[in-house]
Amino acid sequence: MEHRRAIDQIALPDCSKPRNPGENCGLVMFFRDFLHLTIDSLTAHRLRTFLTTLGIAVGIAAVVLLTSIGEGLRQFMLSEFTQFGTNLVAINPGRATTAGTSMGIFGTERPLTIEDAEALKRLPYVRAVVPFVQGNAEVEAGNRHRRTTIFGAGTQLPEAFSMAVGLGHFLPDDNPVTPRAFAVLGSKMRHELFGKANPLGQRITISGSRYRVIGVMESKGTVLGFDLDDTVYIPAARALSLFNRDSLFEIDVLYDEQTPVDRVVQGINRTLEERHGREDFTITTQQQMLDVLGSILNVLTVSVAAIGGISLLVGAIGIVTIMTIAVNERSSEIGLLRALGARQSQVLGLFLGEAVAVAAIGGLSGLVLGMGTAWLLHLALPALPVHTPLSYVVMAEVIAVTIGLVAGVLPARRAAQLDPVEALRAE
Amino acid sequence: MIELSDIHRDFQVGDQKVHALDGVSLTIGAGEYLSIMGPSGSGKSTLLNLIGLLDRPTSGVYRLDGQDVTALSDRQQAEVRNQRIGFVFQAFHLVPRLTAAENVELPLILAGVPPVQRGQRVEQALAAMSLSDRSRHKPEQLSGGQRQRVAIARATVMQPTVLMADEPTGNLDHKSGQDVVRILEQLSSNGITLIVVTHDGEIGRRARRQLHMLDGRLESDSGTGNA
Repeated sequence: MEHRRAIDQIALPDCSKPRNPGENCGLVMFFRDFLHLTIDSLTAHRLRTFLTTLGIAVGIAAVVLLTSIGEGLRQFMLSEFTQFGTNLVAINPGRATTAGTSMGIFGTERPLTIEDAEALKRLPYVRAVVPFVQGNAEVEAGNRHRRTTIFGAGTQLPEAFSMAVGLGHFLPDDNPVTPRAFAVLGSKMRHELFGKANPLGQRITISGSRYRVIGVMESKGTVLGFDLDDTVYIPAARALSLFNRDSLFEIDVLYDEQTPVDRVVQGINRTLEERHGREDFTITTQQQMLDVLGSILNVLTVSVAAIGGISLLVGAIGIVTIMTIAVNERSSEIGLLRALGARQSQVLGLFLGEAVAVAAIGGLSGLVLGMGTAWLLHLALPALPVHTPLSYVVMAEVIAVTIGLVAGVLPARRAAQLDPVEALRAE
Repeated sequence: MIELSDIHRDFQVGDQKVHALDGVSLTIGAGEYLSIMGPSGSGKSTLLNLIGLLDRPTSGVYRLDGQDVTALSDRQQAEVRNQRIGFVFQAFHLVPRLTAAENVELPLILAGVPPVQRGQRVEQALAAMSLSDRSRHKPEQLSGGQRQRVAIARATVMQPTVLMADEPTGNLDHKSGQDVVRILEQLSSNGITLIVVTHDGEIGRRARRQLHMLDGRLESDSGTGNA
């Protein structure tokens, strides 16, 4: 095939032969030259380039800012919930998760009792069981009075909720049905009742019953608007009689992290069903709560990101517009490049490169703008949690470059497919 | 070296077919100095574009150095244009935002010539056009004659074998036009194949071989005038 070989000789560069260092194989432009030509044409229309870049920058800034706030909120909410640990299971009286009418209407549902809690302690993978009752009562110490939240709890509460005792001890491991009248104060409560004085061994009166103070909790602060420091902890059995109730509010079970949560739920189910005769209680795992909360917050973050995405779309349309105008204006230049030996792919690359450069620079400026605004917002409103994860930063820039590619591809294709003769004729 | 046999090029204008080239056969030898003349619409620019591989014939065979180049891919044709064909246009076609030197450098950049080798070649090409002192100027700072000389420097920097000039003096005053023609003829006498398209008889008649075109056909050919 003499003819075929001859064509190859003129048209196809011989890339098999070793070449001098730095020398290219055939019609391949150097990246530096490519960059130079791209930047040249961008700086030729400074205002236009600036405005197009700004369009993308505003879009990226909006996305970064909104997702930062969304992510900050998400992390804030999750940390509020997970500070008690994630291997917790809560049991509440009544059947709430099945469809249909609650059996509670007929009053046949059995109370959750201290004995139920004791039974659960015998499960092998259970590390702590906390029976839990809550109510308000008047607390007196000497001549000071304060109406506050009373928590009736089990002795294992500090372990289950990772709460620390600051002074003295938590409630002792008494007979759970007839515990001694001991009380543990929240740090704020201690301050209100005793000021700087040592409260240990002091007597307080809760709704007429006398208790001895044996400990003070470390400050835990406010959790979802609830002040955990402004409380008094007493044994659950005493709280039941104090509030005249026969059922606990809740039993919290802390289990071994290695045990699958399904096994724990199964074990609790079996134990309580044996005692109650049927499933008249509801088990909620911390993981379920976190999953629901997490998915709600994710939707929130994604939807604010989508709102930011609209401005990004507008920025992309700006790039398409400007690149289309540029291709029209520079027709004769495109024709010239083709006459000088530019391939279609090179013309495509040059125009695509301009679109990507505009989008990438816009993306970077948008990142700086968005993170700067997020930071200022955090300074101005410290209560508003703002968090910009690195992955979002990288993703935003990748999105910007992708937008440049997508927005640039139509005009660049048009440029590459221009008929060189027609293009040269255009003035 | 250039062989055209029975070349047709049709354009669709509305629902009418226009035969811009209607069976042109032509052989041009290496180093010839040739002018193509004719009224506008006679097909001379179409012929030039075809020879310069900017356009493809509707039918017919074009051989360059014995090879059928009409069948080449876009990439291959681009390389042939880059390596073997130089263009000089009536409207100069300099990129306004680039300096004279950068304009001359363009074909070298497209060919992927390393930067270290480019500077010297650009300098030589500009020096040959007596434009060394204008290399940092933008086109707008140059006169018409200087602009066309930059364009010729750009057309010759790859040392092509064929130089195609489409009305090279059309946008120039008489004196600058004369200079440009002299430069082109100088290149021709150095061995380049020079093809000038013009409707200016005075310039066309200077060529050793003169073609006249009318309605897409070769009207007359003064014959191969080998030097």
